[in-house]
Amino acid sequence: MEEELNQNQKNSRRQFLKKGLIAGAGVAVGSGLITAYVDATASETGEKVKVLTTDGEIMEVDRGLLKLPRVSRQESHKGIPGRKFVMVIDLGKCKNARKCVEACQKGHHLPKSQEFMKVYLLQDSEKTAPYWFPKPCFHCDNPLCVSVCPVGATYKRSDGIVLIDNERCIGCKFCMTGCPYSTRVFAWKHYPEFDEDKEPYSPEASSPGKEGTVSKCDFCPDLIRVGKIPYCASACPMGVIYFGDVDEDTVTNGTETFQFSKLIHDRAGFRYLETLGTRPCVYYLPPVDRQFEVDRGFGDLEESVKERYKDTPYSKKNKP
Amino acid sequence: MELEQKNPLREFAPQLERTSIQGYVWIIFLLMVIGVGFYAFLQQVIDGHEVTGMRDNVVWGVYIVNFIFFMGISYAGALISGTLHLFKTPWRKPIIRMAEFITIIALLIGPCFILLCIGRLDKLYYLVLFGRIQSPITWDVIAISTDIFGCFIFLYLSLLRDLATLRDYELLQLPKWRKKLYKMLALGYTGTPEQQQRLNRASDIMAAMVIAIAIIVYSVLAWIFSVTLQPGWHSTIFGPYFVIAAVYSGSAVLILCMWVFRKIYHLEEYITKKHFVAVGVIMLVLAAFFGYFTFSDYLTKWYGSEKNDELLIQLLFKEFYWPFIISNYLGVLLPLVVVGIAKFRTITNITLTAVVVVIALWLNRYLIVVPTLESPYLPIQDSRPEWLNYSATWVEWSLTATGVAVFCLLFTVASKFVTIVPVSGLIKEEKKEDVLL
Repeated sequence: MEEELNQNQKNSRRQFLKKGLIAGAGVAVGSGLITAYVDATASETGEKVKVLTTDGEIMEVDRGLLKLPRVSRQESHKGIPGRKFVMVIDLGKCKNARKCVEACQKGHHLPKSQEFMKVYLLQDSEKTAPYWFPKPCFHCDNPLCVSVCPVGATYKRSDGIVLIDNERCIGCKFCMTGCPYSTRVFAWKHYPEFDEDKEPYSPEASSPGKEGTVSKCDFCPDLIRVGKIPYCASACPMGVIYFGDVDEDTVTNGTETFQFSKLIHDRAGFRYLETLGTRPCVYYLPPVDRQFEVDRGFGDLEESVKERYKDTPYSKKNKP
Repeated sequence: MELEQKNPLREFAPQLERTSIQGYVWIIFLLMVIGVGFYAFLQQVIDGHEVTGMRDNVVWGVYIVNFIFFMGISYAGALISGTLHLFKTPWRKPIIRMAEFITIIALLIGPCFILLCIGRLDKLYYLVLFGRIQSPITWDVIAISTDIFGCFIFLYLSLLRDLATLRDYELLQLPKWRKKLYKMLALGYTGTPEQQQRLNRASDIMAAMVIAIAIIVYSVLAWIFSVTLQPGWHSTIFGPYFVIAAVYSGSAVLILCMWVFRKIYHLEEYITKKHFVAVGVIMLVLAAFFGYFTFSDYLTKWYGSEKNDELLIQLLFKEFYWPFIISNYLGVLLPLVVVGIAKFRTITNITLTAVVVVIALWLNRYLIVVPTLESPYLPIQDSRPEWLNYSATWVEWSLTATGVAVFCLLFTVASKFVTIVPVSGLIKEEKKEDVLL
């Protein structure tokens, strides 16, 4: 298996060099250079993007022609050079529309029972305000899940992303008990959704899923490579989720872009359960100046999803 | 000829030579339980881990509980036999082999349970191929394999004299291959002073090492839990607490074995009330220690309680009320009363107490594993009942029963292979009887 992968990687590298085109596409994140290559078999969309050739020349290529092969397992260990990703979630705007969850599941070919992004209804104490709390993986800078993995199947990259290599994972689930945020999910069986993905497996895509292994939110590095923001961030109708780069000091939800440090400073951003010392890369903005009542979050949810919140202190208190 | 008649093997030979009908029924029964377990295992392999009660919150269930439990009684066997050997405890002879068998048999079963938790058994060799020393699981792999190795040597050394006795006893009516096997395994031991001296030294060294390894291994197992940040697991006391709980459960299992073999092989002459009281007293002391550790652990969680510790304590006293009472009250107080008060100190009472202790200690591990996973930092918000509360499925129970059945089966087979009471020890013992007993 390992050998075969190496071979694949060599092939894709050779192709890559043949094309002789290193492309940079700074789109939504307003970022620097991103490696890509042109797929001549794809159809044109009419939308042009600027790319940078190996000679340092800028040229225009049709967006539809840009295609990135999923990076190999070895490549996925490295991280995108010069980047340090961060996410900011504005609790004041979340109304539990669950579009982030759905887009994430669709993008990663997940069954309904596996959620990389979960939305909690939290209330810190009886007198404090309840709020909706979307929770991805925090991609901690001091990740316990990575420390406890016996085979190095989960790893922290130079760009801050914590990934899981499902080909390596033996499914001991130690990382799941290690994570204090209940972030990781286990494939208790082979879900039919896994088969929807016909592309070869890559840890950067976290897809296709594999039975008996652990997976989780991956910050969508495969999307970042083509200059997109993660599925959850682009799907959110309220623009709750901002994604960006600490070193560039920029975060965006696709429509608004902020200076990260200023946003965190002005809005008193915080990290969840800071006391645990895991040093998350996901920041929250406190649920102030709400755009919606908490109740709106119950809007048109499926019955099974509504059921989830029936034992929360808020639901118990507001029972008709 | 006169010497032959005095050979205690004469008395023990029947248990090696013949198996009664009840014996065969017992073995067939065990094999049936194991058969069902095998079917359950196949189900789990074919349909995936969904057939278990484990889900994303409670990712470890009864399997891990059994793992801790079997490893516990194994280390206890090592500690008890090692200590009795080192201190040359006079009454140890008739029961020391049982303790050694408990050690090795439980040690073979325990790790199988952790394998049942592993999602991809096909990639198990990655633990060696890509092992990372930072992971407590790697520590455990190293520790357990060292332990198995050490305990095997210790057991073998203590068997050597008996194997030689079995080889030399010509009246033994056994098939040829078994006699050959004894001859091979006895390694030419004839009991010359030099051989004896070497064997004694080797046994002493291994006894000391087995004690040390047992403590290290069980602490490593405890650290798998306590290095995580989970409320209820993240505790400094877990290492020693687990070691004490392990020895405690092992002393109870030893009492059960003594009772069973005393009945089956009519060893009333060798295993007397004195032995039950002696091991009972060990159990009593350990009960006190266990109670003390349990109390300190829960007191500190409850008194200056963080929010999540408080939730955990609430859970333990509500949903897990009865298991908590049985394991942490009854399991501590019963031995203190039964063994502590001379009036109650009968063989039957001590054995029944041991049964309660074994159950209590299993429940104690369940209470360490499951409630913690059911009360994570972020509250479990789910509409699926199996995601909220763990309850083991028939697959898990069946495989648990299989673990117990394999334990009984291996013990039965072992007791057919060598006498359950070391005969060579008895020959020596007879000479020194007046001095030692």
